[in-house]
Amino acid sequence: MIYAILRRFGQMLFVMFGISVIVFLIFFATPGADPAARIAGRNATAEVLEAVRHNFGFDRPLYVQYVKMMEKIFVTGDLTSFVNRGWKVVPAVMDSIPVTLSLVFGAAILWVVVSIIIGIVAAATRDSWLDKLLMALGLLGISMPVYWLGEVMNLITQSRYHDSWAFSWVPPLGYKNFSDDPKGWFLTLVIPWITLAILYIGIYGRVLRAAIIESLQEDFIRTARAKGLSETRILLRHALRTSLIAFVTLFGLDFGALVGGSALLTEVVFGLHGIGKLTYDALQNLDLPMIMATVMYASVFVVIANAVVDFVYILLDPRLRTS
Amino acid sequence: MILSVRDLKVSFRTNDGLVRAIDGVSFDLEESEILGVVGESGSGKTVSLLAVMGLITDPNASIEGSIRYKGRELVGLPARELRRLRGNEIAMIFQDPMTALTPVYTIGWQIAEQIRAHQNISKAKAMVRVEELLAEVNFPNPHEAMSRYPHQLSGGMRQRAVIAMALSCNPALLVADEPTTALDVTVQAGILDLVRKLRATHKSAVVFITHDMGVVSELADRVMVMYAGRVVERGSRMELFSDPRHPYTRALLGSIPPLTGEKPRRLPAIPGSPPSLLRLPQGCAFGPRCPVHYEPCVTDRPELGIGTHAAACFRVAQA
Ligand SMILES: Nc1ncnc2c1ncn2[C@@H]1O[C@H](COP(=O)(O)OP(=O)(O)OP(=O)(O)O)[C@@H](O)[C@H]1O
Ligand code: SF4
Ligand SMILES: [Mg+2]
Repeated sequence: MIYAILRRFGQMLFVMFGISVIVFLIFFATPGADPAARIAGRNATAEVLEAVRHNFGFDRPLYVQYVKMMEKIFVTGDLTSFVNRGWKVVPAVMDSIPVTLSLVFGAAILWVVVSIIIGIVAAATRDSWLDKLLMALGLLGISMPVYWLGEVMNLITQSRYHDSWAFSWVPPLGYKNFSDDPKGWFLTLVIPWITLAILYIGIYGRVLRAAIIESLQEDFIRTARAKGLSETRILLRHALRTSLIAFVTLFGLDFGALVGGSALLTEVVFGLHGIGKLTYDALQNLDLPMIMATVMYASVFVVIANAVVDFVYILLDPRLRTS
Repeated sequence: MILSVRDLKVSFRTNDGLVRAIDGVSFDLEESEILGVVGESGSGKTVSLLAVMGLITDPNASIEGSIRYKGRELVGLPARELRRLRGNEIAMIFQDPMTALTPVYTIGWQIAEQIRAHQNISKAKAMVRVEELLAEVNFPNPHEAMSRYPHQLSGGMRQRAVIAMALSCNPALLVADEPTTALDVTVQAGILDLVRKLRATHKSAVVFITHDMGVVSELADRVMVMYAGRVVERGSRMELFSDPRHPYTRALLGSIPPLTGEKPRRLPAIPGSPPSLLRLPQGCAFGPRCPVHYEPCVTDRPELGIGTHAAACFRVAQA
């Protein structure tokens, strides 16, 4: 057991190492790239440029450059981009993490709970009008672009109907720290949570419905019926329980990606300065140190999410446990 | 009389038309009697007993006729009432033990679940009962087996677990749908012993479905032979084996696989194949494969007739 965990941990480190090397090579070692000039910033003086070149080791072999970069991110934490403006990268990432985590965790709770309910209800009433209605709504949720949906949400809750009783509680856009103002934190995030969750509710509800209906065809469901169990029990304890594996796979992938920065559009529409926004801006400006840092951050989360998924698999499916 | 089925008809609406899977099946079952039901694949063995269990969930199915359990009509009984009987008074064992158990729960949990569905007892008491049951079906280490997951057991052991589950509420009627088909011969003999022993200890009546005449000759008190959704011959084991009347029964007897030694593949040794239920011949359904068919067989359908030993064949009626 301990050995398995250690091995898993080793694999995670190896994957992160691989990602960091690839990204490093893409941005720092492509022919024609002049990382020193980029990092020094526009209109930087020759002295600054020289200092950067030395400091990042651009006058030395590639592996030294790589080691120096990793050292600046993980050990000293003093990676700076646009040196002439002196923008510290690591604190910027650290400040963005809680924003993205708050957004994604809340939305994930919402979409998991709602889509499980929808999946169960639709599967239990399959082919009825209720099932058809839920699946049509799900499809609608999937097909609405999140950016557009966010804008519409803002239009309704921030301007058009803001003064009506229904939406007067909605605070202005932006993020409030949980530790400073828990109520404000919650209220500012409600609309972003819903916006982000709708797409996933549509997908997960449909996936779960299909998985449950497939499970219901299995032989062990017939056994469960022959045992005289109630339909509800059969649905929840046998069909749903065995359908969760597909659900968890999907969840691990989506959750990892979102925490890693792909909640970008939602973050932008709602003025939340999270990781997605940070990465996006870094790519826009070709801010190399920032790109490196956000990619490393994202890979940490994707790798952790995968490990958690594997762990949950083992919890869910005894067949994966080695005896 | 435990079970009395009269003129049972089950049909399925399909895209290709109406499939009459069961067409007028009748039989009776006495207390602690073993009825063997034989026939080739697709002859309607499973469907007829699923109907008895109220387990035909296909919305395109329609069920007619009468199924009386201890005098009580089951056809049209509300689902709630049926559920109270199912697993409690009437239990069923299915063909493939590999897929018959929910993979994510332990054997003990699944058996206890059934006990607690019908009896108001604590989890701990149910677990004690589970251990007794597993011992009864000859698990070498019942206590340890309770915490096993299905995939950790061999096919034979799983089938024993399924049998223990079926017996958990002392059913008066046990339906076993080819419980040994998926198992190899030595394991099969053990399971048959178990069924015989259980009939003696639990006084359960057993309907034993199989396509294997050898198993029937070992186990059954009475036998019912099915072909294309109908009963073509019925009688006591003695009657059927010493004096088989229907040409189909005779053909089946010619194809008894040996109980010991290597088991042949599951193939009908009878030339030809069963008719499609969508396009049954007008006369005797066995006609196209019957070595002794003659004129009446083409136009008219032979009836089973009455009596303990009866066969649906014009040649027999004539004799
Ligand atoms: N849901 C269904 N819809 C349509 N046809 C069905 C359905 N269920 C069963 N049938 C048909 O009913 C017939 C009888 O099937 P059944 O499963 O009872 O055969 P069986 O005698 O048990 O065969 P086997 O030895 O293969 O188990 C088959 O021809 C099958 O195709
Ligand atoms: S009725 Fe005719 S065709 Fe059918 S089994 Fe008897 S002899 Fe053969
Ligand atoms: Mg069958």
